[in-house]
Amino acid sequence: MKPQQRQLLYAGLAVMLVIIWLFYSANGPQTTAVLAGTVRAATLLALGAMCGMIGERSGVVNIGIEGQFLLSAFAAFTIASMTGSLFMGTLAGIGMGLMMGWMLAAMAVGLKVDQIIAGTVLNIAALGLTSFFYDRSRSLGMGKYTNIDLGPLADIPLVGTVFFSRPPLTYLTMALLFVVHIALFRSVWGMRTRAIGEHPGAADTVGIDVLRLRYLNVTLAGGLAGLGGSYLALEAVGTFSRAMSGGRGFLALAVMIFGRRTPFGAYAAALFFGFTTALQNQFQLNNTFDIPPQFVGMLPFVVTIIVVALSGLVGSMRDPAALGQNYEKG
Amino acid sequence: MSRSILRTVAIPLVAVVLGLLIGAVLILSQNASPSTAYTALVVGGLGDADAVLRTLQKATPLIFGGLAVAFAFKAGMFNIGGQGQLLIGAVFAAGVGFGIDGLPMVVHLPLALLAGAVAGAIWGGLAGTLKATTGAHEVIVTIMLNFVAGNLTDWLSANPWKDNSGNNIVARTPLVEDSATIPTLGAVPVGFLLAVAAAATCWLVLERTTYGFEVRSVGHNRNAAQYSGIRVGWIMASTMAVAGMLAALGGAVESLGVDGRFEAGVNVGLGFEGITIALLARANPLGVIPAALLVGLMEAGASRMQFKAGVAPELIDVIQALILFFVAAPIIIRWLLRMRHDTSEQLQLGAGWGKS
Repeated sequence: MKPQQRQLLYAGLAVMLVIIWLFYSANGPQTTAVLAGTVRAATLLALGAMCGMIGERSGVVNIGIEGQFLLSAFAAFTIASMTGSLFMGTLAGIGMGLMMGWMLAAMAVGLKVDQIIAGTVLNIAALGLTSFFYDRSRSLGMGKYTNIDLGPLADIPLVGTVFFSRPPLTYLTMALLFVVHIALFRSVWGMRTRAIGEHPGAADTVGIDVLRLRYLNVTLAGGLAGLGGSYLALEAVGTFSRAMSGGRGFLALAVMIFGRRTPFGAYAAALFFGFTTALQNQFQLNNTFDIPPQFVGMLPFVVTIIVVALSGLVGSMRDPAALGQNYEKG
Repeated sequence: MSRSILRTVAIPLVAVVLGLLIGAVLILSQNASPSTAYTALVVGGLGDADAVLRTLQKATPLIFGGLAVAFAFKAGMFNIGGQGQLLIGAVFAAGVGFGIDGLPMVVHLPLALLAGAVAGAIWGGLAGTLKATTGAHEVIVTIMLNFVAGNLTDWLSANPWKDNSGNNIVARTPLVEDSATIPTLGAVPVGFLLAVAAAATCWLVLERTTYGFEVRSVGHNRNAAQYSGIRVGWIMASTMAVAGMLAALGGAVESLGVDGRFEAGVNVGLGFEGITIALLARANPLGVIPAALLVGLMEAGASRMQFKAGVAPELIDVIQALILFFVAAPIIIRWLLRMRHDTSEQLQLGAGWGKS
């Protein structure tokens, strides 16, 4: 980031904090509700964005995150409902995510199917399978994950409720931001991952097994999307319904691009997108403004289009050089 | 049949067989009989004149949707926006269909179709123009436009264009006038004939015109096309506009020929099936017709299958996904058939989100 950009960022943050403070003093409960909703919506997007990021850093586009969310949410819900354990359900969701990541890798890396088509296959398969096996009579007898207060931190006004009185998977996601950041930018694995995404030929020359690492990364990244599915079914909603991922797997891709394929950048973008979602829900609840809900509902998608268009214009948001290209050992 | 045609047909055909076989395993897992289920499926789609009509009606938007994907494919672009384009076409065709009365059919019906087509062309062209001018990847943009179109058509059918007859509370438009209704000739809906004509036109344009040559050049190698003087940006924008128009016509035919109105939520998912159709047809405009007929038949027979064999109709979606998988990863089938590897058969779309 250039110094001017950094200054701009800090200025923006300061302005935002002032606005939030003003709103909070005007209407406390409502501001808290919107910001809590922001974090809730951002968690899923951040997980999806991290999944996409690890794939893209390795040179594999993952457009199947939507399907990974959906099928993992289904697995998490079904297993949690069968075993009566949210923890088992979460594990099942992660497992299903890993399996779908492996499927994507098998197609895109192993069979050299066009990466976009491979992801589309996942999306359509997930929608079909979950609709076919969906059992309406199932429910979570024990309810969904509940909030855990992080000791005295939870008592801080506003910030405490928004960040430190959350259910477990939200905390796990926040921790994963640090893990993925360190792994990507401070570890040998991360260096190799970025190398195979930028110049697989060169990476190959120095002895990195490009295809194997891509296989591994896309599979592992699937686990993050799987956690996202678990979060969706067991923490955010508490049930499963048809097509419940509702396009957020695609939004996660925009979040990833907007966040420059870095975990914290993606989280900031996710908070922004989450904010538009939370605002929309709040509008619908109390009819503050006379805007039809459909137009508020369009907002995140219109914003995404603008972001993607701008990211094409702004040269600094550069794709990994070998993104989308299947690697053929020369 | 020449050898090359045989090779082209073999993979989709085997993919369908494999999809049905795995589907049979799923049916068994639900304690039902695959033979009963598949018999019911075929009878439900071909058994009598009504069944044939249903199949052709189901196949119609699939042909349009398949063409919408295949046409963009030829220029190297992936149009996942069929859903939104279809909705936009459906709502604007219905809008003109019910909003104007007193016109003779020869004017009103083409006008309603045209309204849908133009709206769809703008919707699709938007994604193409953004791609050409900013490099925004059409996959992301068209997916986002799907959601925007969903919201926009919801709003239109729930507010300004709402059906206020009786005590209707559903988000839907009034019924279209008779003069804007697409007729049926026996068991053949006229909309289906339009779809077949559109497929033939697409083939002619792509294979026999200069414009089609330019489109295919851009699809094969964008840089080479640029160097040879083809206006790549214009080709990308216009191809997406044509694609949007095609998908929108599918929606318009649904509104004017099948549903008789636009109703929010009725056509959900229909636009995505075009992807399966186009891949099954290996992006060949003429191949789209048999592919759509096949899937249309399964959809027409699905409810009979549920009734007779107790199999959830969503099985059809699973089978479609399987077929798509086998077509997209032909290596498995080639291994089964002991076919030689031929890279020209692999569908390739290319890279990243930003630059072209």
